Order: sequence, then C-alpha cells, then structure tokens
Amino acid sequence: MDFGPFLLLALMEGMVMAAVLALTAVGLSLVFGVMRVVNVAHGEFFMLGAVIAWFVTHFMPGPPAVAFAAALVICPLLVGGIAALSDTLILKRLNYDPEATIVATIGLSYIFQQTALTFYGPDARPVLAPFDLRIQLPWFGYSGYKIAVVFAALAILLAVWLLMTRTRAGLIMRATQLDRNTARAFGINVDRVYAAVFALGAGLAAVAAVLIVPIQQAHYLMGHDPLLLSFIVVIIGGLGSLRGTLVAALVIGLSDGVISVFFSPTLAKILATLLVAMVLVFRPQGLFGTKP
Amino acid sequence: MTRALALHLAVLAALFAAQFLLPSYHHTNIARIMVLAVFAMGYNIAFGYTGLLSLGHALFFAAGMYATGLGIELWGLSAAPALVLGLLAGAAIAAATGVLALRTGGVSFMIVTLMFAQAGYLTILYFGAYTRGDEGIVITRAARSIGSLDLSSDTPRYFAALALFSVGLLLNLALTRSNLGRAMIAMRENEERSRMLGYNPFKIKLTALLISGLYAGAAGAAYAVLFGYVGASFATIQYSILPLLYVLLGGAGTTLGPFLGALLMFYLIDISSGYTTAHLFVVGAALLILVLFAPKGILGWVRDRGAKWLP
Amino acid sequence: MAAMILSAPLLSARGLTKHYDGIKAVETVDFDLTAGQVHALIGPNGAGKTTFVSLLSGRITPSAGTIQFDGADITRLPAHSRVARGIAYTFQITSIYANLPVFDNVALAIQRQGSTNLRAKTMAALARVGLDGRADQNAGTLAYGHQRLLEIAMGLSMAPKLLILDEPTQGLANAEIDAFNTLIREVTPQTTVLLIEHNMDVVMDLADQITVLSFGETLATGTPAEIRSNPAVQAAYLGG
Repeated sequence: MDFGPFLLLALMEGMVMAAVLALTAVGLSLVFGVMRVVNVAHGEFFMLGAVIAWFVTHFMPGPPAVAFAAALVICPLLVGGIAALSDTLILKRLNYDPEATIVATIGLSYIFQQTALTFYGPDARPVLAPFDLRIQLPWFGYSGYKIAVVFAALAILLAVWLLMTRTRAGLIMRATQLDRNTARAFGINVDRVYAAVFALGAGLAAVAAVLIVPIQQAHYLMGHDPLLLSFIVVIIGGLGSLRGTLVAALVIGLSDGVISVFFSPTLAKILATLLVAMVLVFRPQGLFGTKP
Repeated sequence: MTRALALHLAVLAALFAAQFLLPSYHHTNIARIMVLAVFAMGYNIAFGYTGLLSLGHALFFAAGMYATGLGIELWGLSAAPALVLGLLAGAAIAAATGVLALRTGGVSFMIVTLMFAQAGYLTILYFGAYTRGDEGIVITRAARSIGSLDLSSDTPRYFAALALFSVGLLLNLALTRSNLGRAMIAMRENEERSRMLGYNPFKIKLTALLISGLYAGAAGAAYAVLFGYVGASFATIQYSILPLLYVLLGGAGTTLGPFLGALLMFYLIDISSGYTTAHLFVVGAALLILVLFAPKGILGWVRDRGAKWLP
Repeated sequence: MAAMILSAPLLSARGLTKHYDGIKAVETVDFDLTAGQVHALIGPNGAGKTTFVSLLSGRITPSAGTIQFDGADITRLPAHSRVARGIAYTFQITSIYANLPVFDNVALAIQRQGSTNLRAKTMAALARVGLDGRADQNAGTLAYGHQRLLEIAMGLSMAPKLLILDEPTQGLANAEIDAFNTLIREVTPQTTVLLIEHNMDVVMDLADQITVLSFGETLATGTPAEIRSNPAVQAAYLGG
C-alpha cells in the first residue's frame, strides 16, 4: 500500500479511537468539573459496560442488531446505577475530600475488577457487531461499523452538549459546579445532582465501551488503557473544560492512531504520559485552556 | 520518650525470636513482609509525616530493584555494591520526580506521580532487550551472597531482612524526634504557617521525598537480592497502591504502622486465599473500609485513645 | 518627625501597589518603619491593611513598587526568606498547628535559629505568655484567647527584627488585652512592631507612629496626637 492510503487508514483508525475516547473522557471530565472528584474507577465503569454488553448480547434472543441496541440502553443504565450507588454509599460519606475519594475509587476499581473476574471470567470474549457492512474504498475496504461508531459518538456528544447548555438539568449542574453552597441555598438538592453527574459520567464510559466491544473484545482488565488515556485527554484539555476535553480527545486519538502506525506504541504511551506530567507541572490549566 | 524506644526494641527482639519460634513456613513470609515494610515506611515518611500523597512510589521501588538487578546481570557487580547502587537509584529518581512534581500540590501531585510511575513502567517494557519486560530477570544464586553469606538460603535471608528493617525503623524513629521530622509534620499540618515561620516548603518536601525514595530504593534492592527476582510487575500501579494500603491500615504517621499494616494485609490475603481467590476484592474492600471508617489506621486509633506517646 | 528622617528606617516601601483584576487593593504607598518603634496601621475595613502587610511579609507579590528591609532590597524574596531575614508575621485568623502540642508550635519557631537547648528555650518562650503549664496540650484544644497568645509567642520566638501583628487583640477579653500591651512594651525597642489594630485604646496606648490607610492609599502618618487632630482622618475614620 502507498503512503497516502496508509496514512488515510491510520487517520480513520485514529478517528474511531478519538470518538470512543472523547465519550469516555467527557464522562471523566464532567465528574471532575462538577464534583471535583478524580474518579480512578472510571476505567472500571468502561470495563463493566463492555462486560455487561457481552452478557446482554449473549443471552438476548433475536437478531444481533436488536441485542446490540438493547445493550446500548441497558449497559449505561446499569453502570450509571452502580455509579450512583457508589456515590451515595461511599463518596458522599467522605464529604468528597479529594485524597479520600481517590483512595476510595481505587478500592472500588479493585472490587469491580474482582466482580468481573468472578462472574465473567478471565477470558476475552467478542460481541457481534449489530450489522456487517464493508465499505470498499479504492485502496482498501473498511468496516462500516467503525464509521457508524464515529457518528454514534458524535450524536451522543451532541446530546450531552445540549443537555448541559439547553436544559434545566444542565443549568442545575452548571450552577452546582460554580458554587455548591450557593446552589444548595437556592434549593438545589446537591446530593442528587452529584449522584446524577457521577451516574452520567459512568454511563458515558459504559456507552463508549458498548460501542467498542464489537471491535475490541471484552476483558476484565480492559479498563486500564481507557482510564489512562482519558486522564491524558482531560488533563491536556484542561481539567473540567468540556470543550478542551473534546479537542484533546481528537488530537490524542488521531496522533495515537498515527504514531502507533509509525512508531512503537509503547514509546507513544511513554511520551504521552510524560507530556501529561509536564502539562500538569508547567501548564496546569491545560494546553488548550486559558489561564484562570 | 524512652517508652517509645523500648517498644521499638521489643518489636525487633520479637522478630529476632520469631525466627527460632515460628515454623519455617513463616520465615520467607516474614522476611518478605519486613522488606515490604521498609518500602511502606518510606512511603509513610512522604505521606504519613509530610502529607505528600504519592501514587508513584512503585517507580522508586522499581528503580532500586532494577539498579541492583541490572547491576548484577549486566555489569557483573557483586551483591553488596549492587545493593548500594539500588538504594541510591531510589533516592535519585525520587529527588528528580520531586523537583518536578512538587511544583504542584494535592490532586495534581497525585496524578503527576502516577504518570511518572506509569512512564517508568512503560520504559522498563520498552527496553525489554535488557530488562526482559514482563518476564523479568531471575538472579542466580551465586550472585546473591555477600562474602560467605548466602542470602538465598532461609536463615541468612531472614536476618538480612531483619537487619535492613531494624536500621530503617530506628532511623525512622530518630527522624520523628528530630527537628527535620518536626518540620515535616508541620508541613503536613499547616503549610502556610510553616512558610511564615521561615521554612521553605519545597526544600522540606523534597528532603522528605528523597528520604522516602532512599527507603523505597533500599527495599527494592533488597527484594531483588533476597528473593532473586526482578520484574516489571513491581513497577505497576499496584505496587504504588500497596504501601498506601499498608500505611492506611497500620496508621499513617506512626513509625510501626507500616510494618503492622504489611503484616496484617499479607496474612489477611494469605489466610483468605484458603477460602476465596478474590484477592482483588480483599484489597479493594480493605481500602474502602479504612477510608470510610478508620482513616487514621490501627495505631492512629490507639494513639487517639490514650497512647499519645506513640511516635 | 525629625527623628524619623534622621535615623535610617528598618523598612521602607516605595510606590507599593497591588491590583487584583483592575481593583486597586493597595495603590502607590510610601511607607517607613523606624527601628524600635511600635507603628500602628489603621483604617476602615477594606482599606487594604492586610493586603499591605502581606506585601511586606511576602505572602503576596506586589504589582509594582519596592521594599527595602535592613539595608537590602527584599521585593523579590519569597516569604520564607524574608522570615529568615527577620520579618515575622502573625495571622489575622489564628493560624497555629491545631493538631500538634503547644510545645511543638513554639519549638518549630525556635529551632530555626539552632537547636541547642531547644526544650529550655521553648519552655521559656511559653512561660513569657503564661502557657508553660499547657505545653503538652494540643494547640487546637486551647481557649481562643490562649490560641492568640500562642500565635504571638510563635512570632516572638522567631526573635524577629520586625514583628507584624494582624489584629492581635481581636476577640480578647480586657484582662488579656492588658497582658498583651505589657508584652509588647517588653519586647520593644529590641523588636520593631507593626500592628494592624481596630481597638483604638490599644493603638493609642502602644503606638509611637500611626499610618492611616483608606481605599488602598495613605491618608496620613504621624504621632497619635497628630492623627487624632487630623481633620481628614476624623472625616474618613475616627469621626465616622
């Protein structure tokens, strides 16, 4: 294959990566932005979404498309429910103390991993794509499902953006983000907002995972990479800034796709993690954020 | 204050006696626990005393371990200089990390240390030609002796671990009673006040991190020589969480807490594995229970209930 | 006034300015402190007093202007280096190590000058404010008045050339205020004292010089008598 088509393929793979990453990272960013909670268990919510998707598609009768659609609804609801429960039972009791919540979410992530290992097992298992369509380009064929993933992610991100900017729920979340105490004084039930935001963040990770399982198999340790990459995206985009998160997801997703094609993926990851550390040290507002 | 010294000496004496009293099954376990306790003591100096919650201490442990392991395997060093190299590597990497990471605070400090440790882990994998990546390096028995002392056999290994642990523990005790120790605790309690008493926060924290790295490096180096294995799994995030868990369980900011935490956690997993394979659950649940119900750990709890002299 | 011009000031600020997002907290203030005196800084709430002393102590950096202390330019020095040069600052809102024993609170201030006889020196410093009987108690469990005294003891224990006290008598009972006045008279003239104070009795009792700040600018400087009779001050502050 010539260089041009090769680059095009790398870019297309990067787009799929960026789309899923954007969903996951926006979830993490939302939780950090509104609640100031660094959720180390976010990768595990992603993993739970994938594993539950396997269960749903495996036991749901009917054509794969219906089963997949069911997973797309059930997984985020279930994972969101688990997240809301974790928030109410644990994080709330810690008064959202930053250090205690990090330790607690580390504990949660171990528990979720164990749960998946016990009930799902150590194997990686595939989930059937809802449809099988191959788009033939002049140079290579490409999975129609992967392209659908990009558009699905875009649609969901648009929905999140509309939710945050155009609805009453979004207004309440933004008010809580600005000042928790004032929000409470205005009669907003902050506890419920927090549980809802934590559920929404986890639900986004779960949706991202459902979209990715037909491409990448479900496994109980699969939450590691999405967590790390989401961290990278959220930090480079500027902690808590949704727009920065989207831009960074695009940049990181695309460059990861392209760099991994031309260089060792391990080297790419080393550089990315060091970049994140340096951004936090020297430009804490993020590469795309403005100074507060 | 002599009460404290007596208690520490009693603990060391008990560990000395344990070698003769306990069945041999426990010797390797306790040797391992003592080495991991040194790692946790180092973690406690940064987290418990100075208030620096790092999520990257696996990097310092691995630095000690790999400097020693590679020193033996690649450069043909004998065990003694390789151990010294490991100890220094831990301190040097900790200081380098600190120079950058200490420009941040709180949550950012945690993430920066996490990222550096992750980069370190990936670097070990990247140079798999030398480090043999996930598979790791097995250090030959011949390379694991100091003079005529074969550290790969049970009894010398136990006493070598005890010697390291004793030095670490007594230095830790001395540190808590020193002016530096007081300044470190002051930094944890009220950084702004300390600054206005003339303490340079950066300098105090960097010193604490350096000492912490020295302990972690020594533990990593000792682990390599005593147990003969150097592997990338010791550089993963799990090994950054482990000392945090030990310290939280035993009591942050207490000299004996790290050992107590390591001992209890090790045997909790050991005993529970008789009934369940759910190790991850045990670790996760322990973290949650501690942070929810006993944030000061066992010895912190004891100290709050009358034993104020506990260092 | 003549004496002030003749002896070189311990500290002098020129054109000291601090703006926050266009809001002028402190605006081109010139200020001189004579060694050995008690200098009071007064002014209505929001006049910029705390901001001004924070600039002197290095807790915040100025937008413009220079600060000379003891013959050297300290404008760019970080706070802890200024402390090392002899500027001690006590906080308006009590800032002690609440979870540490009273002893450690003061020992931390003393050990910076060397650790010989740390125990004896610390106990002596505590005795000076009458807290030696409570050395082993955690500082957070002290009564409020005792916490203020501990804060002052920490300031004095640094053996500073200049002691900056931000509203030290706030919330103290009358008897405690008398003890405070006695204490300050004891430490001068070896120590120069800069005092932010709302209690006019304390100011008139202790101060050799008074500077009145209003809206971040100097309204007047002079002896207590001069300030009392200054019509601008009366209009802006005392009369109101």
